[in-house]
Amino acid sequence: MSAVVENTEKVSIEIDGQTVEVPKGASIIAVADELGIDIPRFCYHSKLSAPANCRMCLVDVEMGGRPVPKPLPACITTVAEGMVVRTASERALKAQQGVMEFLLINHPLDCPICDQGGECELQDLALGYGRSVSRFVERKRVVKDENLGPLIATEMTRCIHCTRCVRFLDEIAGTSELGAMHRGEHTEIGTLVGDGVHSELSGNIIDLCPVGALTSRPYRFTARAWEMTSHAGIAPHDCLGSNIELHQLRGRIKRVVPRDNEAINECWISDRDRFSYEGVVSEDRLLAPLLREGNQWHEVDWQTALEAVANALRDTVDAHGADAVGCLISPSATTEEMALHSLLMRALGSDNIDTRLQRADFRDGTSTEGFPGLETAFSKLDSQDVVLLIGAYPRHEQPLLNHRLRKAALAGGKVLAINPCGFDWNFDLAQQAIAHVGELPAVLAAVARVVAREKGTTEPAALAAWKAPTTVSSETIEKLAVIVAGEGKKTILLGALAEGHPAGAELRYLGALIAELSGAGYGALTPGANSAGAWLAGALPDRRADGSAANGLDAKAMLSDPRKAYVLHGLEPDHDLQDPQLAEQAFAAAEHVIAFSSWDTPALRQQASILLPLAAFGETAGTFVNANGHWQIFGGVGQPLGEARPGWRVLRVLGNILETPGFDYEAPDQIHAEVKAQAGEAAVARPSIENALTPLDASADMQRVGILGLYGVDALSRHAPSLQATDQAQPAEVVLNPADEVVKGLSEGDKVSVTQSAASQTFIVRFDNRVPVGSFWLPGGLENTAGLGPMNGPATLVAAGTSA
Amino acid sequence: MQAVKSFFDTFLLTELLKGMKLTGKHLFEAKYTLEYPEEKAPQSPRFRGLHALRRYPNGEERCIACKLCEAVCPALAITIESEQRDDGTRRTTRYDIDLFKCIYCGFCEESCPVDSIVETRIHEYHFEQRGEQIIRKPELLAMGEKYEAQLAEDRMADAPYR
Repeated sequence: MSAVVENTEKVSIEIDGQTVEVPKGASIIAVADELGIDIPRFCYHSKLSAPANCRMCLVDVEMGGRPVPKPLPACITTVAEGMVVRTASERALKAQQGVMEFLLINHPLDCPICDQGGECELQDLALGYGRSVSRFVERKRVVKDENLGPLIATEMTRCIHCTRCVRFLDEIAGTSELGAMHRGEHTEIGTLVGDGVHSELSGNIIDLCPVGALTSRPYRFTARAWEMTSHAGIAPHDCLGSNIELHQLRGRIKRVVPRDNEAINECWISDRDRFSYEGVVSEDRLLAPLLREGNQWHEVDWQTALEAVANALRDTVDAHGADAVGCLISPSATTEEMALHSLLMRALGSDNIDTRLQRADFRDGTSTEGFPGLETAFSKLDSQDVVLLIGAYPRHEQPLLNHRLRKAALAGGKVLAINPCGFDWNFDLAQQAIAHVGELPAVLAAVARVVAREKGTTEPAALAAWKAPTTVSSETIEKLAVIVAGEGKKTILLGALAEGHPAGAELRYLGALIAELSGAGYGALTPGANSAGAWLAGALPDRRADGSAANGLDAKAMLSDPRKAYVLHGLEPDHDLQDPQLAEQAFAAAEHVIAFSSWDTPALRQQASILLPLAAFGETAGTFVNANGHWQIFGGVGQPLGEARPGWRVLRVLGNILETPGFDYEAPDQIHAEVKAQAGEAAVARPSIENALTPLDASADMQRVGILGLYGVDALSRHAPSLQATDQAQPAEVVLNPADEVVKGLSEGDKVSVTQSAASQTFIVRFDNRVPVGSFWLPGGLENTAGLGPMNGPATLVAAGTSA
Repeated sequence: MQAVKSFFDTFLLTELLKGMKLTGKHLFEAKYTLEYPEEKAPQSPRFRGLHALRRYPNGEERCIACKLCEAVCPALAITIESEQRDDGTRRTTRYDIDLFKCIYCGFCEESCPVDSIVETRIHEYHFEQRGEQIIRKPELLAMGEKYEAQLAEDRMADAPYR
């Protein structure tokens, strides 16, 4: 959609006296931008289509030696051979000044209370092109405000109808939630039905709005653009590692805006990346180390707390052996924190360390070849011909990766999905197979068979282990597999549903097998911001940082075979684990549960014995390694709240107290350098397809299917009040197929109780025939799903009466 | 000739008499000295003394937290924090002026789009405790309320020149 057309054919034009060779078909404004010639504009944006409705970019054009009778808008006028453009001639300037006068007619003079003041495109251009005194004496227009939801504040009187927001939601977000109604002076931008804006990328319209009509609601009136300092950061929610700028005032993050990086997030960020900073100053931040004595919690100083931690670990190792200690780390912790945890655990003599909290099936272990991630660069995803999604809903998992897939689909690429239920995609899938969750491996095996046949290779013998699926028709599989086997650039992506699938190892194995057979790239959409970093830092039970193999217990085994002491880092046990119920039992039986956490939650108070306040996002320096293997370093912004301290610092002191050799790091860069030196030239690796897996029994029980909700992926977003007020963070509902047996006698809105082992919870029922019979959709990470059993696993549904 | 003039001047004490004449003249003229603090010099309506925050006649505070005064202050004496008040308007939650930093340049007053922050005619004040030099929003508003009549009159007098 970029206005600079990739064209090898060149034309020669003269622009402001410079004669230049430019690609044929490019717009004048794009050429001028390239040359650094400033043309004023409001509606033009290089990532959006050009509607030429602000008329601010009028320039003087001469063709074939004769001037064009009127000035032309530079954003839609394409260059042609021999064209002469004057962007600042008297006529162009007069036209621009005229447009500016008309724009200012209806614009209110409320700059002093407008959040855009100081960074407003209209303000800036009015300085250059506006008159000092208005000639307009009539009444100004007033437009009623519309409530666009908890993230975006509106002041529609200020709108100049550039329609950037409308085009963004149409073209980029794909939700078309805003439109322009009425004509001329009566034009109003709105949702028409008054339903608000719900796109997961909606915050970008705040940046796009050239005036103060759309501003950030959480940031509203709290700071001014000129008084904040900007710090480069990395978004901590998904495996893209979107580049962001943190705007800080007096040590507090006031807002987050995107930082351009064409290779990762272009110029956008998701709402999760934009508004989660609110969690940093949330009221339930843990501000001091806490020790539990009986049922009482006592605030203590760091020295006492760390000595208690050291004693707890030493006592456990002495009494029960090092293997009785387990360490679970959030996949969004920094590489430095993971590396130090890994060193500490190994120094204690235990290999029980894991970051794969959402994984349910560990039969395939850890690749020794390289880290989990995407072979295809993010920037290449939008030019893929075929993308096969397996157990993935990137719109919620990695919103900006979904944007790349959407671009691929719009450009004619075929995006295919094999999922345990249907989702609200914002582009058309070329083919979709929705199978009962237990049959996903069988569907993949069937696809692999067809791909092998199409490619003329012999069918791998291991495929015989999976029966033919019954919930997906063979035609669907045939169609889908033929596309996968076809020509072009192809990528296979496994998402969070594959990660949490009870037979996830089979999905990974079969996914890699299909990639191998079809010649496609393979990619794992890893959970958290730093799953790759976890591999590199050796925060895994079977791989140490130096690359040597180990044989510790994985995240699941650590809980199903309870340890005596646990170290938890940056996770909420009732949300972040695949099976919170199992975790609760394990922690209850443990002697010590040492939790590093930025937030003080009831579940942690109930399950932990020592709470250590951790610096939150933005307060600590560190490194995230994204799924493409980019090491992205970020610095801390301001002081951590209260007694909270950066994780690497706490671990360093703890290492000293435990007399671990080598723990004398002065700065996170030293840890970074050490990990990087040990990791060498590590690259993304596929799961091994050498060792075939035998299928697990597809259980006939009712199966729960779910991923962590859009705004429930990590503790930070769960503590951000504005995100939690959005529609996507509303209490979870059980979504069932209306044809399901358990549904008998139930109607939409009724209550149903979901029981998973010892935990039970009541939910509202909703019907959707995109959920296969025999399973129900219930995401995790939301307030009312806390503490349930496995997010992907058996559950019992019982009707619990009608709702009031 | 010069020598003769100087000889007579010396003996006739003419220079002394000249000096006495000047002294005598000033002795009986109107005096310049003001008996401060009993007497005070007249002040200009533009006098820049202690600060105040004004209110509108309906009692609503004028300040809209645009932070222009904070931005323009050359001594960084002003600290403002703001948020959305329950009625949706933009208001300060903190408005501090450090009078030790302030150089009384009057830029804050000039930059204010709503004539909220003003400098009164008060120039006589002292602090007894460390920390008292920072005047906060309630004190500033109280000052504004107390001297509103004078402040309004001064703004009115200066209005034709602004």
